[in-house]
Amino acid sequence: MAISSDSAVSGTVPDDPPLRRRRRGRGGAVVEVALLTVLAVGMLFPVLWIIQTSVKENRDVYAVPAKFFGFSMTLDHFRDVFVAPAGGASDLSAAFLNSVLVAGGSTVLATVLGVPAAWAYSRFNVRGKKDQLFFILSTRFMPPVVIVIPVFLMYRELSLINTHLGLILIYAAFNVSFTIWMVKGFVDEVPGEYEEAAMLDGYTRLQAFWRFTLPLLVPGIAATAVFALIFSWNEFVFAIFLTSSDDVRTAPPAIAGLIGGSTVDWGLVAASAVVYAIPVLVFAFLVRKHLIAGVTLGAVRR
Amino acid sequence: MTPPVQEASTPSPAQGRRTRLSDRKIAVAFISPAILLLLFMSVFPLLWALFLSFTDYSVTRNQPASFVGVQNYVDILTSSQVHKRALTTLLYVIGAVVLQTSLGFAIAYLISRRRRGRGLLTTLFLVPMMLSPVVVGLFWRFMLDAQFGVVNSMLGSLGVGKVEWLTRMPTALISLILVDTWQWTPFIMLIALAGLTAVPKYLYEAASIDRASEWFRFRHITLPLVWPLLLIAVMFRAIEAFRLFDLVYILTNGGPGVSTETLSFHVYKVAFLGFNTGTASAYGILMVIVVIVLAQLYLRYLTKLKDG
Repeated sequence: MAISSDSAVSGTVPDDPPLRRRRRGRGGAVVEVALLTVLAVGMLFPVLWIIQTSVKENRDVYAVPAKFFGFSMTLDHFRDVFVAPAGGASDLSAAFLNSVLVAGGSTVLATVLGVPAAWAYSRFNVRGKKDQLFFILSTRFMPPVVIVIPVFLMYRELSLINTHLGLILIYAAFNVSFTIWMVKGFVDEVPGEYEEAAMLDGYTRLQAFWRFTLPLLVPGIAATAVFALIFSWNEFVFAIFLTSSDDVRTAPPAIAGLIGGSTVDWGLVAASAVVYAIPVLVFAFLVRKHLIAGVTLGAVRR
Repeated sequence: MTPPVQEASTPSPAQGRRTRLSDRKIAVAFISPAILLLLFMSVFPLLWALFLSFTDYSVTRNQPASFVGVQNYVDILTSSQVHKRALTTLLYVIGAVVLQTSLGFAIAYLISRRRRGRGLLTTLFLVPMMLSPVVVGLFWRFMLDAQFGVVNSMLGSLGVGKVEWLTRMPTALISLILVDTWQWTPFIMLIALAGLTAVPKYLYEAASIDRASEWFRFRHITLPLVWPLLLIAVMFRAIEAFRLFDLVYILTNGGPGVSTETLSFHVYKVAFLGFNTGTASAYGILMVIVVIVLAQLYLRYLTKLKDG
């Protein structure tokens, strides 16, 4: 590479093959950038279209052919997301609050249960450790539609149907397996010698964990919690089958419910989608360094 | 919570044994709450479903379940309806995974060859993956609308007539695959990119000294090194695609007719619209078995990759 660029600058050996290749490479680079641009536009167009629809006047939303420019702007749809037509808070804003409560609660529970377990799996020789970890991860792969049938029956017996607690518990179960796998990876990266050294200094095992290892894990735990939060925030299947009333229902089924009627207010759907997506995108941006580990349940890390 | 500090300060053999013993206690105390939650929320319901799968139980009838043996399983495995859904699911999984993998890898490859703007590009490409399937499904339903959808509008200005994306076959299944591809291509891209950026530079330099062709470098350096990671992504996506429910529910609701009903969607209909809880449980158990086999393969492969 260095050789070819030198000769390209000096121009003394014009027929040098590397030079020719470099020239073709530059033409190729233009094609590559063009291709990448087309792909990026293709991937991002739907997102831009959601945002545009959310600020369009209704007559422009349904315009045929579609209006890309020169539509009249309005923030009415965003007002409708939060304010009911008759005044007061809308059903959607209640659903957003439910989502905050359920996602937050399940993330806290999964983190509190998952982090100590992850540390124990990483540090101690637990019997059948590998099988246990396999079992933990396979629970995460269960099809929600299948699990929800017996969970529905179980919740009916325990009167957990249509409660925040019911949703929090099931999301926490899905997230705790993820948390254990993710955090175990982070604990593995902290040398066990830290704790042993601390124990030689007179600290107990627990104190060593609490004072020396845990502070080092905080960034990793935070990233893990964010992924758990995003999972619970976006989840739909359990939310729709285990809740029935507006005061428990989270936002995904509530937003899906907007298309139930004979006429669909797509401007409102778009606005609520935007409102719902913003926190996820902000959070995902915060944990972008850990995205690969996060989306593969901690299985792949750089 | 905080035992006395001096306990471990004078190490002796007996003390050492006691520490190990308490290590085990700590391990049990730390692990069991999480395991209990999993047993309660995941294993116990599954065992319940296993029990129901041998009965004719129905949630709407107020009768105790009576045993029917393996009848539910026989019914499902020999049902032509189920075979049809299995075929739909298979077509969907293969179509979606193949498209996502080729597209995702291509994007990752193109990004990895850029020096500037890599971070920004990656972040932009990742947006679809972070959205809720509900949001994604709803929005594509709007964009693919035959009357006022933007896709038909754009096709119209190119002189193509109206396409009924979601209400005709085979376009409905194709739409489903396209939307899933739109959402999950970034996933493959992200993992492929991790593999591509991990390829040591000196290998390319050596190849460049040997004046190896671009294709040769791709075929003999890039691909072999990225392939194992890519396979993980592919297996992961295949499992996820097999479980797919929300997108079908929102986008086509299984239609037109039953042509886009996947296995997951069919289970839902049997359980929550037909109220055949026993049959649905057997159906679910069979799906769980498939998922467990796939997940085991995935995990085996993963540990092999990590260890060697």
